[in-house]
Amino acid sequence: MAYTTIADDTRPLHHPKTWVGKYVWSQDHKVIALQYSMTAIGIGVVALVLSNLMRLQLGFPDTFKFITPSSYLQYVTMHGMIMVIYLLTALLLGGFGNYLIPLMLGARDMVFPFVNMLSYWVYLLAVLVLVASFFAPGGPTGAGWTLYPPQSILEGTPGHEWGIILMLTSLAIFIVAFTMGGLNYVTTVLQARTRGMTLMRMPCSIWGIFVATILGLLAFPALFVGAVMMMLDRLIGTSFFMPALVSMGQQTNFNGGSPILFQHLFWFFGHPEVYIVALPAFGIVSDLISCHARKNVFGYRMMVWAIVVIGVLSLFVWAHHMYVSGMNPYFGFFFATSTLVIAVPTAIKVYNWLLTLWRGDIHLRVPMLFAIGFIFTFIHGGLTGLFLGNVSVDVPLSDTMFVVGHFHMVMGVSPILVIFGAIYHWYPKITGRMWNAMLGQIHFWVTFLGVYAIYLPMHYLGFLGVPRRYYALGETAFIPHSAHVANEVITIAALIVGVAQLVFFYNMIWSYFRGPKADPNPWGATTLEWQTPHTPPEHGNWGPKLPVVYRWAYDYSVPGAPQDFIPQNVPPDGIARHHAT
Amino acid sequence: MGIVRRLTEKPWLAPGLDPSTEADARSFPSLTAAAVGLRVYFGVATIMFLLIAAVFVMRMGGHEISTDQRVDWKPMSWPPLLWFNTGVLILSSAAWEWARAAASRARSENLRTGLAAGGVLALVFLAGQLTVWRQLEEAGCGITATTMSAFFYLITALHGLHLAGGLAVWGRTTAKVFAGRDVAEVRQAVDLCALYWHFLLLVWIVMFGLLLLT
Repeated sequence: MAYTTIADDTRPLHHPKTWVGKYVWSQDHKVIALQYSMTAIGIGVVALVLSNLMRLQLGFPDTFKFITPSSYLQYVTMHGMIMVIYLLTALLLGGFGNYLIPLMLGARDMVFPFVNMLSYWVYLLAVLVLVASFFAPGGPTGAGWTLYPPQSILEGTPGHEWGIILMLTSLAIFIVAFTMGGLNYVTTVLQARTRGMTLMRMPCSIWGIFVATILGLLAFPALFVGAVMMMLDRLIGTSFFMPALVSMGQQTNFNGGSPILFQHLFWFFGHPEVYIVALPAFGIVSDLISCHARKNVFGYRMMVWAIVVIGVLSLFVWAHHMYVSGMNPYFGFFFATSTLVIAVPTAIKVYNWLLTLWRGDIHLRVPMLFAIGFIFTFIHGGLTGLFLGNVSVDVPLSDTMFVVGHFHMVMGVSPILVIFGAIYHWYPKITGRMWNAMLGQIHFWVTFLGVYAIYLPMHYLGFLGVPRRYYALGETAFIPHSAHVANEVITIAALIVGVAQLVFFYNMIWSYFRGPKADPNPWGATTLEWQTPHTPPEHGNWGPKLPVVYRWAYDYSVPGAPQDFIPQNVPPDGIARHHAT
Repeated sequence: MGIVRRLTEKPWLAPGLDPSTEADARSFPSLTAAAVGLRVYFGVATIMFLLIAAVFVMRMGGHEISTDQRVDWKPMSWPPLLWFNTGVLILSSAAWEWARAAASRARSENLRTGLAAGGVLALVFLAGQLTVWRQLEEAGCGITATTMSAFFYLITALHGLHLAGGLAVWGRTTAKVFAGRDVAEVRQAVDLCALYWHFLLLVWIVMFGLLLLT
């Protein structure tokens, strides 16, 4: 059957006949989404293993001989970079963005399917280059995920020969891939929505992904410019960021460069990156909470505006990562203010999630457990963010474990919990099978309680002044015995959480082959992706006719309606509606 | 419909299809997807070049430089060829505009001339930029000579790469036109190429102006 692809393209959709065309060189957004997700999760597992290796060293120093100071720094660096960019960004935008945008908007595919396919393969190349650095002479870079010059390219930093070059190359390639994907997501949202799908009828998930993509398109060029300039400094000896300095007793040829400039570029990317990861999670969690509480999301317009406002503000707060860099104190005042202002729209979102739950018909299914878990970890990480946003508090806490606890809670654990919730939520649509609920619950509780066991004590360690990024604390007067005990406990918790993820993988793989057949709309959700004629949706998504949208995405528990949800494509005739709103 | 009205719509109030609110829900009904995509890309490229300009200005001002560092910022004397190259790029852009007008009036003869001129002039521009690189190197102002020259090489390389990308699309479009394909088939490509060329001309003028400022 031939379908038209999108509104302004009347050519028939080309259905691939071969296995390779369907699953490898595929232009179908759903297949590309899965390719992105699998690759991201695959490399994410590497980062998870690295974090456990770090924890082994911190919890039980002098026990594991293969963990040297250099390899420890390499684990720190690669763990951070992989998790933030190659896992979270790629999975939330490349994975969920690709899967959900066309389906939730009633489109047949992305507007540029070929570019979309290219985006994945270029992303894969970036991952392969990154992986190659593990096998390069000298190993991967150990410069810390922020890659600050001058140390990142000088002798003495692990991986300064090949590791840093491969890292910068991989980042540049990733940004090319992201730009190709990002152009697709933005243009599809703007131009390929089905009839009736006005901007304000889009589900919050799409709003989150849409604004995050715009942020990415504006922020990633900063990293690209920084990476290219640093590469030139490293390879041919320019001095963009490198000051005149003596390295290993030798005067280098660098002169006049400013390392702080790199920090500005890096954080002009780095801070929006937090929201590139957080906004899709905000959007998705709003939909999960609304659907599983059988209640319309509280304050939908406020939720959308908050996403937009957070997106805009996040471009003006970058230097709060640089309070201790020696910049002008007036800058610190400005950036502290803008940072604290972000708390307002973010708090609106948190209150609205809670008010959506308030007196809802809450079904504590696994996706909902993860969504509620997210609210806990996010409030927690958000509040410690208010601490660190203040210069006077940040200065003593900077470079301590407090910071590690904070950002893992707010942008590590929180988005990951949403990702798990989202995978459980959409798995029946993606595979047509249902997962095992008991294993899902075990996975949730071990992960949720486990991350608290890991990150809560880190705040205490930070108050004690335990520094981050240190290979070993040694005999240090101000660090009491209890800190070492805490480190051991954290490590044990981290190992348990790491191993618990095997339950998740087992559940997903087993259910794919053996799980019971899933209902096309098992949660009674209103959004379009659950209304496809086939489960999993076929190439072209919608059969011969595109759906038409008549209502917003949150008609749950409408008084007088025959069911407790009305899908977006149900016309108004015949459904009595007495909303108190 | 204005963006404010779209974003203040109360979607929970009125189920149904309102013909006054985006019947087919496209945000820019008069533009194709490719035209929107290209404009979004302009945003990305603008940010990239703006950031380079910002770093350039900050670095020029001896940003955060400590007192014991030698100032490494030396003004350069630019080869006159750069002015010639700028002229060529302006002509190239004009040729594209001409090709665009020809395509919209379905005049295939003029379209061929415009396309050939637009592409060849862009190639001349790139060859000219490479010559400037060689001239600077011979004058002892290669990429590592001073930070100013490093910026020059970086800016021209990124700008040149963008133009080379445009030339790839030019090659495909021109091949279609010279193979006698219908003008309507290539109209969008010509339109978007012309727009892209004007954008790159603007970028070049701003960046060149920045270099001259010093």
